[in-house]
Amino acid sequence: MAGAGGGGCPAGNDFQWCFSQVKGAVDEDVAEADIISTVEFNYSGDLLATGDKGGRVVIFQREQENKIRPHSRGEYNVYSTFQSHEPEFDYLKSLEIEEKINKIRWLPQQNAAHFLLSTNDDLRINLWHLEITDRSFNIVDIKPANMEELTEVITAAEFHPHQCNVLVYSSSKGTIRLCDMRSSALCDRHSKFFEEPEDPSSRSFFSEIISSISDVKFSHSGRYMMTRDYLSVKVWDLNMESRPVETHQVHEYLRSKLCSLYENDCIFDKFECCWNGSDSAVMTGSYNNFFRMFDRSTRRDVTLEASRESSKPRASLKPRKVCAGGKRKKDEISVDSLDFNKKILHTAWHPVDNVIAVAATNNLYIFQDKAN
Amino acid sequence: MSQKLEEENPAEETGQEKQDTQEKEGILPERAEEAKLKAKYPSLGQKPGGSDFLMKRLQKGQKYFDSGDYNMAKAKMKNKQLPSAGPDKNLVTGDHIPTPQDLPQRKSSLLTSKLAG
Repeated sequence: MAGAGGGGCPAGNDFQWCFSQVKGAVDEDVAEADIISTVEFNYSGDLLATGDKGGRVVIFQREQENKIRPHSRGEYNVYSTFQSHEPEFDYLKSLEIEEKINKIRWLPQQNAAHFLLSTNDDLRINLWHLEITDRSFNIVDIKPANMEELTEVITAAEFHPHQCNVLVYSSSKGTIRLCDMRSSALCDRHSKFFEEPEDPSSRSFFSEIISSISDVKFSHSGRYMMTRDYLSVKVWDLNMESRPVETHQVHEYLRSKLCSLYENDCIFDKFECCWNGSDSAVMTGSYNNFFRMFDRSTRRDVTLEASRESSKPRASLKPRKVCAGGKRKKDEISVDSLDFNKKILHTAWHPVDNVIAVAATNNLYIFQDKAN
Repeated sequence: MSQKLEEENPAEETGQEKQDTQEKEGILPERAEEAKLKAKYPSLGQKPGGSDFLMKRLQKGQKYFDSGDYNMAKAKMKNKQLPSAGPDKNLVTGDHIPTPQDLPQRKSSLLTSKLAG
């Protein structure tokens, strides 16, 4: 998929990421309900949807040519908002059902109306026919008969962008299974099994936890998939199960902070990742409202920050640097000064242009390349 | 001839030593963190991947209230106090019966998202 102006190098000096917009309140005290839990562009990039922990969905639409307000072209403004899920109580199982929006997926446009689907994940993966709402096909079931035997859970799943019979799901043990629904109705047996070999001498208490995959995303081409674990982003070639073809370190300096991160539960934070339109770059979030971009061809990377301070219209984002140890340089920030409450878990990249949406707790930031 | 060999060997050894140090530095941070954690919590299990651990992750803060269990416990206890939630209210263990007071209140419908403001 060729991107308009998206084929260049997004990291380093070739791109200038600039602030475009920020949505949300400047509250000191953030209400749980306002925390953004998912961000997704639609297929054209003209629509941008967010979901929050309060079960609400907000859809933004990109402004087209506007003679009255010429500067507003390219801006995302509210198109619609609604309460998607409400808190519920399942009386049969005595379970409180969370209203948090976990994922939003846009359906390809079939008529003038736009449809979207908001969903949840489990020990099972079910396939729903959109017109049959009272039952579904179970395609993966890893729930053991005895829950005490549970050793692994499904952490993320995605359908192949072109082959609708192929899906992948990742686990809390850092493995990815690829299933082909044409080979069997129940995909408990995988077609492919992806796992990076581990050096047994380097194993520690934290090894399994930090290897847990929090997100899996196919490339637009369908040739690769990317996984996010606690400290890195890995790119896998679907034809090679033995190890990833690329590993990008997101915040390796956190390896010497794992004890504290386990105690404050941050080690369980689920970061997502995304590809740019041409699959030449990947992006993921970190702490202190930092997010990272990796250029796959040049191997260059950049750390940027979503903050109100650098939110002047069209202001260029300045690359950030974390000082892992030793003498801290002037513009660097030390690991101990990082704010672990400011997590960027959700980011989205426009499918064609160099426009990105970054969710920073209860605020949505939109950044654009200067050339846009 | 012998002098040349002596000169070559020290360089190789330095190279090998450097590699060893780098490997040790790579392993050391995680192991040091593990030691810190075990010092703080000596009763921590060997493997974190056990079912209790995963169940805690799956629960995600949801609380289970079974009215049958609750009423039976009440009947058994009669005048005695029901065992109340321990310091960690998020973890429901086998011998703790959640009471209605332990459960968070059901939230009412919300206002419009501030993102749309």
